[in-house]
Amino acid sequence: MTQEHSQQPLIATYVKIWGLLFVLAAASYSVGYFEVQAPLRQILLIALMLLQAGLIVSVLMHLVWERLALVYAILVPPLLLITLISIGALDGLYTVTTRNTFFGPPAPVAPEAERR
Amino acid sequence: MTQPAPVSSAASVPAPTGLNSLIADISSDQRAFKNVPWAKVMMWIFLLGDVFVFGSFLIGYMNVRISTQVPWPHTAEVFALTVAGKKIPMLLVAIMTFVLTSSCGTMSLAVGYGYQNDRRRTLLWILITALLGASFVGMQAIEWTSLIHEGVRPWGNPMGAAQFGASFFLITGFHGTHVTIGVIFLLITAVKVARGDLENRRPGFMTGRKGGYEIVEILSLYWHFVDLVWVFIFAVFYLW
Repeated sequence: MTQEHSQQPLIATYVKIWGLLFVLAAASYSVGYFEVQAPLRQILLIALMLLQAGLIVSVLMHLVWERLALVYAILVPPLLLITLISIGALDGLYTVTTRNTFFGPPAPVAPEAERR
Repeated sequence: MTQPAPVSSAASVPAPTGLNSLIADISSDQRAFKNVPWAKVMMWIFLLGDVFVFGSFLIGYMNVRISTQVPWPHTAEVFALTVAGKKIPMLLVAIMTFVLTSSCGTMSLAVGYGYQNDRRRTLLWILITALLGASFVGMQAIEWTSLIHEGVRPWGNPMGAAQFGASFFLITGFHGTHVTIGVIFLLITAVKVARGDLENRRPGFMTGRKGGYEIVEILSLYWHFVDLVWVFIFAVFYLW
């Protein structure tokens, strides 16, 4: 245990990463605030999201200081979600295609807004 | 002839590094995760399960958003807040994000001071974290209330696709529950720190094993995970 604690990061490291997380969160918010349009919007959001996630998992959750066996046990299983995302997207596209084909074109929004 | 002194084979073989250490650890006897406190492994396995729970929710949200024919509500307008006659998009959500990110930093400070055996500072930072977490849940309650008053329901809403309400209440509700549970455990840990349980290595209430300051780190894993999930929700639900 004592050996492990000597590998603990300094508090100054936490504070630096903390500041960086604020900057990244502010960047995410400004993507929404300045109404950046697709596809740049999605690219920026995913990049900023993954950067924040990486910083939190690696430094704040100490994964860079853990043994490789634990790191792999944690990081490899979530890769399965990529399969699930692909299946979810394929199924959603199939459903909307079927709806557009058999239910007719998408209903306009404007009349609904007037009804309010 | 004298008996040779027993030699520990473990000491004479250099410890493997890199990928070899991974293979050695996994294929070794009894314990795969050497020198890792058991409770930390358990917390990580729990969080791994939670990754799949939130992953499934967000993928379900993606699926209904792709497949609906009705346009998705414009989130920048739905979550806008009027301050001094000006509509600022996502103001409350932005404040919530900053509060949760702040609580992440304060939690890390608590972990750092815990390992320095600084009982008072650890207690202080845990309590600040709990306060920030509680205010996050409070702001979420405000957000839910205003949306319910605007007529958003799990089965429909006046702004667009009916699936918006179901996704919103399920995902943010489940996340808010996690934050609430986190606040409760922060307060339990704060009591333990205040009583000096961790320095005196007093056993916890559900185990005969002796506690130490690593329980603060293990709790911080949960807390950081809650912030991690929020990062994903903020990007794919609120800002997409």
